[in-house]
Amino acid sequence: MKLSEVKAILNAEFLAAETDDLNINTACGCDLMSDVLAFVKDQSLLLTGLINAQVIRTAEMMDIVAVCFVRGKRPPEDVIELAKKSGIAVLTTEYPLYTACGKLYEKGLGGRGSAQTL
Amino acid sequence: MLKHYEISGTDFSAAGEASSNFKLILKQLGLPADIVRKVAISMYEAEINTVIHGGGGTCDAEISDKSIVISFNDNGPGIKDIDLAMKEGYSTATDTVRELGFGAGMGLPNMKKYADDLQIKTTPGKGTTVVLTINL
Ligand SMILES: Nc1ncnc2c1ncn2[C@@H]1O[C@H](COP(=O)(O)OP(=O)(O)OP(=O)(O)O)[C@@H](O)[C@H]1O
Ligand SMILES: [Mg+2]
Repeated sequence: MKLSEVKAILNAEFLAAETDDLNINTACGCDLMSDVLAFVKDQSLLLTGLINAQVIRTAEMMDIVAVCFVRGKRPPEDVIELAKKSGIAVLTTEYPLYTACGKLYEKGLGGRGSAQTL
Repeated sequence: MLKHYEISGTDFSAAGEASSNFKLILKQLGLPADIVRKVAISMYEAEINTVIHGGGGTCDAEISDKSIVISFNDNGPGIKDIDLAMKEGYSTATDTVRELGFGAGMGLPNMKKYADDLQIKTTPGKGTTVVLTINL
């Protein structure tokens, strides 16, 4: 799925690195960074309700290409700057985590252990 | 090549800077992506632990022909029971740390999973040294 599709499905807004044609192969919805670090997949999207700098650092370590903040959350400016520096695309959506994940899953974006990636 | 980093125990937003810098160096050296990822994940987990549990410390990373060896040192409270600390889900993290997305008790198991070797030397009340080795 293209990041532009993710953006449309979630009615989301770009906060950093507008890269519409980025390929997203899998997604992960999580508020526990160590769980994210246990999950290794290429070209992933991370959906989370946390908005601190460690979300971006975690994404950087995992080569996660895009982060979407849920429930309309907006991280502080320095966190967005860090994402820009790391070349990670950042979006924000009004949907809560469960709903945002469900919407993407329904449209065919699988996660680890899902039918799409098995 | 040797790299030395100071790890702040009070500035949580700076946690991960050492791992981020070292990851960039490995990429620039043209090391394979799977090696870079193994180092990045295990080093980042260790760095976060040094900040949130160890109260800050130092990190020394060495790249040689055969391996990458990274050691973290702190003068924090130490670990009383290493076997327990190694268990998935075991954590003594404070609520503040949990609110930041850590404290799942997955860091040490992740280090063990991604590093080829993990050594922990710790003395309760004195501090902890964690040494990660990734073979090339
Ligand atoms: N450097 C350290 N100094 C003192 N205690 C430590 C240190 N590193 C780990 N520990 C102890 O070991 C426990 C388990 O560590 P581990 O990294 O597995 O989980 P965590 O840091 O609590 O949570 P997570 O890594 O999932 O965010 C910690 O909760 C802490 O009690
Ligand atoms: Mg940890």
